[in-house]
Amino acid sequence: MTALPNRVERKLGLVIDLDTCVGCHACVTACKGWNTENYGAPLGDADAYGADPVGAFLNRIHSFEVTPDEGPAQVVHFPKSCLHCDDAPCVTVCPTGASYKRSEDGIVLVNESDCIGCGLCAWACPYGAREQDPVEKVMKKCTLCVDRIYNDNLPEVDRVPACVRTCPAGARHFGDLSDPDSDVSRLVAERDGMDLMPEQGTAPVNKYLPPRPKDAELDILAPLLEPVAETPRGLLGWLDRALEKL
Amino acid sequence: MHPAPSLIAFTVLSGLGFGLLACLGLGLAPTERWTGTVFFALGFGLAGTGLLSSTLHLGHPERALKAFTQWRTSWLSREAWLACATLAVAGLYAALAVLAGLTVAPLGWLAAALCLVTVGATSMIYGQLRTVPRWHHWSTPALFVGFAVTGGILLAGQVTAAAVLLALLGVAQFLAWRAGDRRLAASGSTVATATGLGPRVRLFEPPHTGGNYLTHEMVFQVARRHATKLRSIALVVAFIAPAVLLMLPFSHALAAAAVVAHVAGMVLIRWLFFAEAEHVVGLYYGRPVG
Repeated sequence: MTALPNRVERKLGLVIDLDTCVGCHACVTACKGWNTENYGAPLGDADAYGADPVGAFLNRIHSFEVTPDEGPAQVVHFPKSCLHCDDAPCVTVCPTGASYKRSEDGIVLVNESDCIGCGLCAWACPYGAREQDPVEKVMKKCTLCVDRIYNDNLPEVDRVPACVRTCPAGARHFGDLSDPDSDVSRLVAERDGMDLMPEQGTAPVNKYLPPRPKDAELDILAPLLEPVAETPRGLLGWLDRALEKL
Repeated sequence: MHPAPSLIAFTVLSGLGFGLLACLGLGLAPTERWTGTVFFALGFGLAGTGLLSSTLHLGHPERALKAFTQWRTSWLSREAWLACATLAVAGLYAALAVLAGLTVAPLGWLAAALCLVTVGATSMIYGQLRTVPRWHHWSTPALFVGFAVTGGILLAGQVTAAAVLLALLGVAQFLAWRAGDRRLAASGSTVATATGLGPRVRLFEPPHTGGNYLTHEMVFQVARRHATKLRSIALVVAFIAPAVLLMLPFSHALAAAAVVAHVAGMVLIRWLFFAEAEHVVGLYYGRPVG
């Protein structure tokens, strides 16, 4: 049913730290791997080794250049996947009921055997979180690794989304954002976690932690390192003087 | 947005077909005997072809019947129901008129109302999308219904009314383009709200060097460069030329030319409707907006 649930018991989601992300794309690869081998249709690629490869991904890393009022420009790596919105427009536009938001944990999922591949959900999503699989022709999206987080066959440490488990920088955090005392909620409160495109009225569950302000002095060791040999001596000095005279 | 030929055919043909059926329902064209048969065949043919071509857009057309289930929330589902209901009511009206020579006026009025509501529902598939500010406005359903009424009146052979409606619709389309150009900037969505990274932010590196489903489907940009030229051509072909042809001394050849010109212009306008529409996801792909 594509009506949104009146109330969700929990709001499982991700908190993504833009200060920590190093832009290594490991989460992209882990996501593609897990979601190709497990729940649902494999994430397809078309023309994978050809001139114009295109494939379905549930998570993509953009990099932005941010110029502060003072100081040099900085690069911020920006992972983007489904935000599992409270008011998910992708769900309500679905004509078949294939898209739904779960009342028990708020995860937005696609029932692929009901999906007609009309693509309207992708049009309705402001974040580009849904893509049509080029092989299976059904809509694919982040499942929050629903087949890992409740999977008793996995060691407890692995019962988090593949992107979170693999992130070498610890930039991705998973938890219940409806519980104000959860680790993720405290992180959001401490670091002023933000919504993407709040004006779109989607009420995203996933939050982004803004980059911390950089220190004014970027290189703390620089003052300790006096410049060496500004005027060359010895052979180099003679060469320098000789060349100067030419 | 990607101007898929199947969606252009769907919106143009079903709009014309339902417009003509609405005129037939209101008795604005002959509904009985052979003339009536031809008019009804044209109306049902256009509407049916349009509806069928919409399924060409689907990844899994064999599951299309599932699209009837979510009428409570989905405009696409409502459109499917309304289209079927309209075809059924108009079909009954047509059968009574053509086969029994019995024109049941209230049934025709109901069919006409359903025709216009169906076109309105089609337009709301696009008009509901907040992610495409150019479409997210009451002018989207207004224009779709306007095109259906004008096209229907033109096909029904109401020469004077068609000329007047063509002129009015041309002005409305021009104003809608002008207003639409400002709507993305007015939507408040910028690369700053998309990333939360402050006012001076630009894409440094996209996620990958090639395209993807999102860039193919929603970050389509071909029309922008020639927008003014294409719009001018569309206004001439869709509105001015047919209106002039209709004002000349009437002949069936000129009327047919007016219909052909209007439909050709309408195809171009619908192509622009999709191609010019900017999706806010473009903000993540470094597409300048506003």
